[in-house]
This record gives sequence, C-alpha cells and structure tokens, in this order.
Amino acid sequence: MAEVGGQNVIEELLEAYPEKARKERKKHFEINDIEKISTGKCSIKSNVKSRPGVMTVRGCAYAGSKGVVWGPIKDMVHISHGPVGCGQYSWGTRRNYSNGVLGVNNFVAMQVTSDFQERDIVFGGDKKLEKVCREIKEMFPLAKGITIQSECPIGLIGDDIEAVAKKMTKELGIPVVPVRCEGFRGVSQSLGHHIANDSIRDHVLGTRDLNEPGPYDVAIIGDYNIGGDAWAARILLEEMGLRVIAQWSGDGTLNELAITHKAKLNLIHCYRSMNYIARHMEEKYGIPWMEYNFFGPTKTIESLRKIAAFFDDQIQEQAERVIAKYKPEMDAVIEKYRPRLEGKKVMLLVGGLRPRHTVGAYEDLGMEVVGTGYEFAHKDDYERTYKELKEGAVIYDDPSEYDLEYLAKALGVDLVGSGIKEKYVFQKMGLPFRQMHSWDYSGPYHGFDGFKVFARDMDIAMNSPVWNLMQVPF
Amino acid sequence: MAKNVEIKDHNTLFQSEEYMKSAEKKMEFEAPCSLEEVEDTAAYLKTEEYKEKNFAREALTINPAKACQPLGAVLAALGFEKTLPFVHGSQGCVAYFRSHFARHFKEPVPTVSTSMTEDAAVFGGLRNLIEGLENAVSLYKPDMVAVSTTCMAEVIGDDLQAFIETARNEGAISKSFPVPFANTPSFVGSHIVGYDSMMKSILSYLNGREGDGEKMAAEAAEKINVIPGFEPYTGNIREAKRILDLMDVRYTILGDHSDMLDSPANGEYRTYYGGTKLSDAAYASRGKGTIALQKYSTRKTAKYIEENWGHPFIAGPIPIGIRNTDALLMRISELTGKPIPQSLKDERGRVVDAMTDSHPYLQGKRVAMAGDPDLLLGLISLSLELGIEPVHILCTNGDKEFEEEAQRLLAESPYGLDGKVYVGKDLWHLRSLLLTDPVDFAIGSTFLKFAAKDANIPLVRVGFPIFDRHHMHRYPIIGYQGTLNLLSLMVNMVLERLDEEAPGHSFDVVR
Repeated sequence: MAEVGGQNVIEELLEAYPEKARKERKKHFEINDIEKISTGKCSIKSNVKSRPGVMTVRGCAYAGSKGVVWGPIKDMVHISHGPVGCGQYSWGTRRNYSNGVLGVNNFVAMQVTSDFQERDIVFGGDKKLEKVCREIKEMFPLAKGITIQSECPIGLIGDDIEAVAKKMTKELGIPVVPVRCEGFRGVSQSLGHHIANDSIRDHVLGTRDLNEPGPYDVAIIGDYNIGGDAWAARILLEEMGLRVIAQWSGDGTLNELAITHKAKLNLIHCYRSMNYIARHMEEKYGIPWMEYNFFGPTKTIESLRKIAAFFDDQIQEQAERVIAKYKPEMDAVIEKYRPRLEGKKVMLLVGGLRPRHTVGAYEDLGMEVVGTGYEFAHKDDYERTYKELKEGAVIYDDPSEYDLEYLAKALGVDLVGSGIKEKYVFQKMGLPFRQMHSWDYSGPYHGFDGFKVFARDMDIAMNSPVWNLMQVPF
Repeated sequence: MAKNVEIKDHNTLFQSEEYMKSAEKKMEFEAPCSLEEVEDTAAYLKTEEYKEKNFAREALTINPAKACQPLGAVLAALGFEKTLPFVHGSQGCVAYFRSHFARHFKEPVPTVSTSMTEDAAVFGGLRNLIEGLENAVSLYKPDMVAVSTTCMAEVIGDDLQAFIETARNEGAISKSFPVPFANTPSFVGSHIVGYDSMMKSILSYLNGREGDGEKMAAEAAEKINVIPGFEPYTGNIREAKRILDLMDVRYTILGDHSDMLDSPANGEYRTYYGGTKLSDAAYASRGKGTIALQKYSTRKTAKYIEENWGHPFIAGPIPIGIRNTDALLMRISELTGKPIPQSLKDERGRVVDAMTDSHPYLQGKRVAMAGDPDLLLGLISLSLELGIEPVHILCTNGDKEFEEEAQRLLAESPYGLDGKVYVGKDLWHLRSLLLTDPVDFAIGSTFLKFAAKDANIPLVRVGFPIFDRHHMHRYPIIGYQGTLNLLSLMVNMVLERLDEEAPGHSFDVVR
C-alpha cells in the first residue's frame, strides 16, 4: 500500500474495519504515481456495492433519475411514484435553475407524488397512477409531458407502469414516460442516470424536428444548471458563434430533448451521468461528442479551443476573441484571490465530474488537490482523473464518513469540498468546507462568470475570521 | 488586497442584458407556450373554479406537508446517548434523511443503512443486516443501535426480530448489545408515526434492562419523565429543561436530541453528543409520571406507557401560548408537588405584557397555517389568545381526531369562527385557498414559501423543515419564552410589512 508523508495512511485507516469489510474497502484506495499520471491506468475498484452499515455518502437510482437527470426538465411534471418521502427529500434541493412560472409552465421546484398508502402496496398502484396522470393534466394544463419516477415499492410489487404510461400517452395526448429508477437498483445514483438516459432515448429523443438546422448547432449535455451553471456555459458557446439547440437537462425542455439528434456536436460536461446518450446519438445518428471542462479559466480556455477546433476558422477566431475578452478579467480575479489561497491543500468527494474537473480551477487559485474521489464513479472516470492530479494524491472510491474524517486529518488538508451530509462534520473540526454539489446555495461556478463566484466562495470559506474562534482561550 | 473585481452571482448575473438575450434565444428551441397562454393559465390557477377542481382531486398529491416514517425514527434514535440510527433498506433513503436533517439543523447526522440492492430484494436483507451491524458497531462504536425499516424492507417482509437474533447467534454483535427496532413503512402515516414507533420501541426495549439496581430505582422514583415528541426545535428541549430546573424538578427527558443536533464547534468532531442516558431510560418507568409534550406524535408510546408503567401519563397540548404553558406547569406541579416559582410567574407576566404591547397589530389579522398536528394546535391556541384569526389550517398528516380537536379549539373563541381545518390536504390545496380567500400572513415550513409568494403574503417560518432561514430551531417556541419568540416573529413581520407598504405620510417612526 502506498505511503503519504512516510505514513501508511490507508493501512492505518482500514484498521478500524472488521476483516471482511477491510479486505473489500482496501481495493477502493490508491495513491497517484508517475505511471498512472502518464497512462491513466488504475486498478482502483469502483461501481460496486457499498458495505452495509458503513456510512456511505451515496444515494440511489431514484436520486440519479429524478434528482439529477429528469427533475430539471422544466415543462414536464415528474411524478415521484410511491411513498411520500423520496419526493419530499429531493424537493428543490439541487437548485436546478430554470426560467418560467412555477406551477404554470415550469414544474421543477414542485413535489408531485402518488403518495402511496398501504392499500396501494396491497392492491397495486396502476389504477391510482392513471388517475394521477389525468389529474396532472387537469391541474397543470400547460404541462408538456409527464414522467413516472419509480420508487422502491413499484418494482417490488410488480406494477406495470409501462402499460399505464402507454395508455396515458394516448389518452392525454402528451408523452408519459415510465422510468424504472427504483432506489434498490444498482449500487448508487449512477444506474439511475443510465436508466433515465435510456428512457429519454426510448420515448423522447428523435421524436421532433429542428426548424432550419445550422452548421454550428451543438447541445450541452450533462449540465444541470446548478445556480445557473448551464447559462454561464451557454453564453460562452453562443459568443463564439455556436448555436445551442438543447440543454440537458438544467433549464431543459421536452422539445430540446426531442430535437437533440439534429445537433452537429454534443458537448458533454458531466460525462458520468450522460455519456450513455451521447454514445447512443453517435451510433444511431452519427453525432460526434466531446468532453469539456468549464471550471476555472485554464480549463475553460483549453475547452473553448478544443471545441472551436471541431469547427471552422471563423469559430476558432471568435473563440480566441472570447478568450481575449475575458482573460484580463480572469487575471484580475486570480491576482486578487491567489495570494489569499496559495498553497492551500484541498480534499474533495463529490459525484459525477467535479472530483476531477475542479482540480484545474483550484490550481488556478494556487491551491492543490491532495485527495479526491467519487461517490459513484466507474472505471472510465478514474482513468480520466489520475492525469489531472499531482503525484502522491490520494484517490478513494465510495469512502465512508469515517474514511473522509481520517484522511482529512492524516493529509492535513485546509479545505474540504463535498456535500451537505459531510459539511458540518468538517466545520466542527474547524476545517473550511464548501458544498461542491450545490455550491452552498451560491453559484454559478461554470464558465468565466462562474469562476469569479468560485474564487470568491473559496476565499470566503478559507479566510473567514470565524475559524480563529474555535480555540477556547481559557 | 488587489484591486476590486466586480462579482455578480445568480441573484443579479442572470438579470443582465446578455443573459436575458441568451434566455430569449433559447426559447426558439423550447417550443414554449405563448405568453398569452401562460398569463391566462396563471390567472385561471387563481380562480374559484380551479380551486374546486383542485379540491376534487383524489389520487394526485402536490407539495405535501409531511415526510415519511423512517425519518421520524431516525430523530427518535438520535435522542439517546451513543445511539446509532440504523435503517434497514436501500441506502438512498438514509442519504435523504441525513441531508434533510442536516439542511434543517445545520448539523451532521450520523445514520447508517444496510444498503440493500436487487439481490436483497430477491433473497431478503438478512446478510445485509448482519454485516451491517458488524461494520457499524466496529466503525462507529455505538452503545446502542436503533433499527428502523424503509418501504423496501417492509414490502419484501424482512423479519427484524429474527434477523437481529441471527446476527447475535452469528456473533456479529454480542448477545447483550441493545438493538431496539421498529417497523416504519413509508407508505403508512408520516414522520410523526415513525418517531412514535421508534420511541415506543426504544423505551419498551430498555425498560428494566439494567436489572434491579436499587440506587438507580430510588433515584428514578424522584423523577418525572418528559417526552418531547417529533421536535424540530433543539431550543424547545432546552427550554423544557430550563423550566423543569426552575421548578426544582428532577427529570429525565426521554429522547433528548438537543445536544446531538446543536453541538459546539471547537475543532473536534465527535459522532455522538449528549442524549438520554440508556440507564435513565431503563429506569424511567419507576418515575412519578410521564408527560409527553406532544400528543399526536406519541400515541403508541402513550399506549405503551399507560398500559405498562403504572404511573400517571399526560400528553399534550404542546405548551405553545400562555394557556397551554400554564397547563403544563400546573401538571408538573401536581405530579411532583413542587410549587410554580415566582420566577416563572414573573416570566409569564413579562410575556403577557409583551402581548398587550403587540396585540393591536395582530388582532383581527387573518392567518393561514400548515404543519404537524401538535404544532398546529399550539399555534391555533396562541393565535386565539392574541385575537389573530386562524382561517386556513392545513394538516397533511392530520386525522379525524385532530380535526375535531382543532375545531373544538376554534369554537371556543370568537376569533376562531372563520377557521376551517383541512386534514389530508397538501400545500397546493392551501395555495388555492390563499388565492381565493386571502389572509394577511402564513405560518409554516420553508415549503410553504412558494404558495405564500404566489399569494403575495409574508411567511412566518415555524415548524419543519426550515431550510432557508438560519438558527430558527435554536430558539424555543414552547413555554413562555417560546411564546415570546413567536410573538416577536409575528408582530415584527407585520410591522416590516407595514413599513414596506406604507405611503410616505404613514411611514411612522414609532409603531
């Protein structure tokens, strides 16, 4: 096992585990080295079941589908189909910003549920579901469609939501999409992303046409518009002369999903949650796709050039103009904040893309990511991660709260970036913390406008005078 | 610091011209409804006609004011010393419970799951439970693990009693390690039922467990027990303790999560903070009596205590407002023989004084409220004491008994005449009521902010969850002090609104 600062941290960390769990968990830690940086090859174990009783940070397939992928589609009503809890806990908490009038033509920040009771479990919920769909049509006349987000009991009691969806699509004249995202499926949110992608593929994609397609039509894939991220990204793409015909799925609409097969290029930000649909469009419609990273000026500039290179001279020139326009502003941000953040050590644990995508943004501010990991990544995510990191960085998969606490102390980190469940543990320890799922209700963080907010927020976290009050003087 | 950089965030950034233009361009691909359609529909949603349709729906629930059972079970478990809440089912639920509480309390919430997946759905969750107990006990070193279930475990019918027994036999946990459990299906009742089930389970499990320690028994005989109920206010538990201390009463709080969910920041994190000592809970039945501060969230617990503990048991009303607090103090006094001290009488007097100061701004104000049954009964009571008129009272997780009790309460005062109670209804129903039969302000959780905004009325945030305001849960809303806090919240909100709406000539300096 690898060593950090002459200390065998991983071995020590694992000592608290019972033997079986220790053996399993050991495979989920690695230390970055020169070979991994150059090849991206790693043997870290990922996308397998969490150990029972270990406080995993992970969620479930429903969270991946309703919470991440489908939920932000604003002009459709998403039924949390089953008992009341799942919908309640995911209500409005991911900050997927969207324009529109709530309850009228925008349904993102609403909790719509079939609120299963015991009789629904006993007799099945299909009849109720039909009625729910009809009542949605009546309550929300401008809803463009409905999705059925299955919670755990739906699959267990064998409800035929596909048949209900088919019948209701016909009867109501709007697409009703069944999504088999029951929470017990798979090992994390990740399967929910995949299932949601598949349901878009099967029920929506390619069902409508784009008026007057153009040579520069692109789609943003895998940006959930947290605090307006997709808007801050979109504006740059438009400024360099591209036409963004769809946003998946932050501030997205049914129509945008349905016409995306007409894009000339799919631009993927969160690779983990939406590579499936990009691959599908490549296979079926021959649409190429490209990953990009809009965190921090270095990566944003790199990405703008990479995207422009796909198009002609005109786009490339405009991309350079965009870069030149924002560069002084970015330099000023760095000039202001870098001296305040230089040399600080960061530890991350987030979902889809941020454990690797934000590394560059921290480096732009002179900070170093010394530990990073994912809740629900697969092998291909890790292969993309090692080369972003310095030698000696600790990489961990599905770490428990115990692991994170241990590592934060052992690595002597100055800032932790993770989610709400972890936040207060570290703040009690006197460690600055930023929520890297919801930007601590701030944002945007994407693009040039987003970097300004990111830099400000990291400074707020790191340099608050409140941290000096932790030690009692008496 | 280097030269200043202008940083706009989401509040202002997207209002700038370039972003507005970008949003407009996007509409080309959205196939949006016309502006006219949106305006017409928005107007239609405010009508009496829509309200009728809204109230006619039978299957659809929109914006309910309730959560599910295991969430409540987790809160009950967090009230006991070194107790790890342990939820048997798929892991996403626990992620949600922890996030939900963390967003409300701004505190870490240690809770584990058995992480059941497809194979457990087919073969049952026995192996998950056994390994889960072993791992959890090794890593988090609890003194007790309190097991509740999710809908998944309930649907497949896992037998917790047998499973836990098997875990003991296989050596995953010792024979004597305490593992109370409760069945908490998410498709029955709500979070308050889950709290109740787990509280009953823990109390009955621990009862007499420490054996017949004479010293402990003698000490317990001097005490009364207080059960907070599903309590989103750590300040309420602290306030109850302060009152009991002022009365010189010895007590055991059964389920005290006030330290767990309001712990100090001092550079070190501990998994467990405070909580009811397991030995105190074991001897609680020997006490002089038990008072539950809430009634609807302690029904099963009440039945258990009444049938088994052989001492007086009193439940509710929640001590919100002067009369309810008076009632509580008199009951404590009766139960313990301790007089109500002058300090509390003075406190009462000061709050009544404050109420006389503020009443002109509140009397006759029409209010809508939504929340859990016990809380609503307290808020109605306080409203009537101030001459506030509760008009729409909505309780998603209320039942017939609650409805009748609320109606009786309203009928006792002329200010309650317009009051109507809606049980089983949701916040989308309430939205229709606010738009067709307007009120001056609303009282409820963060989730009520959408309807309040649509109705253009202020929201006084009381209840659970409160995600969008800080520290509300640290201030009590029970007892005389809590009543004063609620009074201040309400009257100052009314005054704030008055200033906002006052034309120049009425923009008064003194109110």
